[in-house]
Amino acid sequence: MKEVHHKGHGNEHHKGHGRTYKYGMVIDLDKCTGCGACMVACMAENNLPFRKDNTNDRLTQNFWMRVYKISNGRPFPDSEICYIPRPCQHCEGYDHHHHTPCVSVCPATATDYSHETGIVSQIYTRCFGCRYCMAACPYHVRVFNWWDPKWPKGMNKYLNPDVSVRMRGVVEKCSFCYHRLQRARNKAYVEGRREVHEDEYQTACTQACPAGAVTFGDLINPKHKVYKLKDSPYAFRLLEKLGTNPKVYYVSTKDWVRKAGKVFLGNEGRG
Amino acid sequence: MSTTEEKEQTAGEQGGEHGPEEATHEPVKPGAWRFLIPIVAFGAGFVSLLVLGWVIFPHLLYGEKQQPVDFSHVVHQEAVDEGCESCHFFREDGSFSGIPKLENCVQCHEEPMGESSEEAKFIAEYVEPGKEIPWHVYARQPQCAFFSHAAHVKMAELECAKCHGPVGDSDHARPYQYNRLTKYSRDIWGWNIAGFKKKTADRMKMDDCAECHEESKGHKDACFVCHK
Ligand code: HEC
Ligand code: HEC
Ligand code: HEC
Ligand code: HEC
Ligand code: HEC
Repeated sequence: MKEVHHKGHGNEHHKGHGRTYKYGMVIDLDKCTGCGACMVACMAENNLPFRKDNTNDRLTQNFWMRVYKISNGRPFPDSEICYIPRPCQHCEGYDHHHHTPCVSVCPATATDYSHETGIVSQIYTRCFGCRYCMAACPYHVRVFNWWDPKWPKGMNKYLNPDVSVRMRGVVEKCSFCYHRLQRARNKAYVEGRREVHEDEYQTACTQACPAGAVTFGDLINPKHKVYKLKDSPYAFRLLEKLGTNPKVYYVSTKDWVRKAGKVFLGNEGRG
Repeated sequence: MSTTEEKEQTAGEQGGEHGPEEATHEPVKPGAWRFLIPIVAFGAGFVSLLVLGWVIFPHLLYGEKQQPVDFSHVVHQEAVDEGCESCHFFREDGSFSGIPKLENCVQCHEEPMGESSEEAKFIAEYVEPGKEIPWHVYARQPQCAFFSHAAHVKMAELECAKCHGPVGDSDHARPYQYNRLTKYSRDIWGWNIAGFKKKTADRMKMDDCAECHEESKGHKDACFVCHK
């Protein structure tokens, strides 16, 4: 299903001069040490506020990139753990329309799936905070702003001007650092080209990972690293059977991790 | 027929109160001009509401500020070597310099270049203390919008005036108007209070951006093209 999909569809959606891309990620769980550098980099890059107590409290802390820890549940000599960094999965769905779970439920069109880049947007000024999308997202990537963001005195000077700041009452999520693509495109245009090179558009988490576990690029461009990596026999995607067709791939040589990630119950609907 | 006769009779009787002459010669007249009262009242109301809507309302809705320095594009166009690009240029990373920083002005205005009082004021208030000029940007979009000069100027090869109007040929900085409620520049919300536009530069709301994009690209853009 996976191969057919990624190799099958080219430019059919565009009659304009634009090419289509499918930006995606391959995360090697064998390399991930769970250090959390990706989470910190993401927060700094995307103007996420932080609070005094930064423990895992859903009410006080929002993350766009979140590292989960899972274990195989066995007693001592056999016990194993694995960390799973989880950005937005940028689901495409299989029939090209209406199957990105959050997009299909949004009553305000505050989020859409770009057929040009494969990135799921979130437009904070359009969102009115009904949180249907949070209920629809099988990956819990969407978070709600219960409060207006606050930064310690002086820290607002460090805000990234390329990313708009969100107010209370709206939902937000990982954008694959879309603003970095906008910036990279500006540079390309000034140099008279349209193509953005692989190294010019990389997400903050990819660059921050000290273990090199995160790889980012265009999944349908054979020159990009992710193109090959995603076809590894050890690659899988989270809750694959739901048919969300996510663009974040995980690689693990451990069987139990792959099984846990896919979470097959055996009675899921067709993909 | 009989009712008309009755009416004429009553009109005649009423006229009789004012004077016998009127009553006998033109019995219908007083009733006719009364018939005009609602029309005049309507007209007066209509005109005063038009004035309210077209003249007063815009003043209530839009505030006005003068630019801190009355900058003349005409004067400077002759003074610089590379035209607009001497001040509005692209940086190597693809970003657009926008309105030049004080540092650019100081290249020439370290000392007064002429005798104008505007220049003397500019030097005393900004050049000597080394203070950046707080320009009001007519075209400023809200924070959630992303705009790329590189895409429009380098790729689409659009003229500056297409979107900005004839700012580049102006001899005086025009006043900056902003919507008092939203704080958006009037250039975004449009100069015509009824919402009509004749050319692109008259208005630059989301639909105006999207209109041109749809024309040139042939399809609607995803939200993230212009938002961040
Ligand atoms: C000496 C430097 C200089 C040169 C040369 C120059 N400008 Fe400007 N430009 C400015 C300054 C300063 C402002 C801000 C004051 C104002 O709005 O008038 C400005 C403002 C503008 C704005 C308005 C931006 C906004 O929305 O507020 C436009 C458009 C513009 N310039 C276009 C041009 C064009 C076109 C040319 C070439 C014909 C040009 N400029 C040449 C300095 C310059
Ligand atoms: C290339 C040199 C040059 C640069 C750069 C330059 N100016 Fe000038 N400026 C002049 C000249 C020449 C005059 C005309 C002096 C005269 O004869 O009165 C002038 C005149 C002025 C005046 C007087 C107004 C008028 O209409 O004559 C003001 C105000 C002014 N400049 C502001 C600025 C500002 C603000 C900047 C920076 C954005 C700037 N200038 C950058 C050369 C320059
Ligand atoms: C397609 C329409 C379009 C064209 C063409 C265009 N601009 Fe702009 N310009 C804008 C918009 C929209 C903004 C506001 C950007 C924002 O607020 O993020 C802007 C902002 C500016 C500013 C103020 C930026 C700042 O942050 O200080 C200047 C100066 C300017 N433009 C000059 C120019 C010049 C010079 C040209 C021609 C070389 C040009 N523009 C061509 C739409 C355009
Ligand atoms: C007069 C026509 C016109 C207007 C008005 C216009 N645009 Fe554009 N815009 C274009 C064209 C044409 C392109 C495609 C340039 C190219 O890549 O060849 C473009 C490209 C862009 C891009 C880059 C897209 C990419 O894929 O990199 C952005 C961002 C953008 N426009 C935003 C805006 C915004 C925001 C506004 C309104 C403030 C606006 N545009 C108004 C014609 C216009
Ligand atoms: C062609 C460029 C473009 C596209 C595509 C675009 N927008 Fe916008 N949008 C803008 C600009 C420019 C503004 C600011 C001017 C205005 O308010 O009209 C804006 C403003 C808005 C606002 C009002 C925000 C405020 O503070 O006033 C909302 C909400 C919004 N956009 C939602 C969306 C959504 C949802 C989509 C995708 C379906 C989208 N936009 C696609 C250019 C665009």
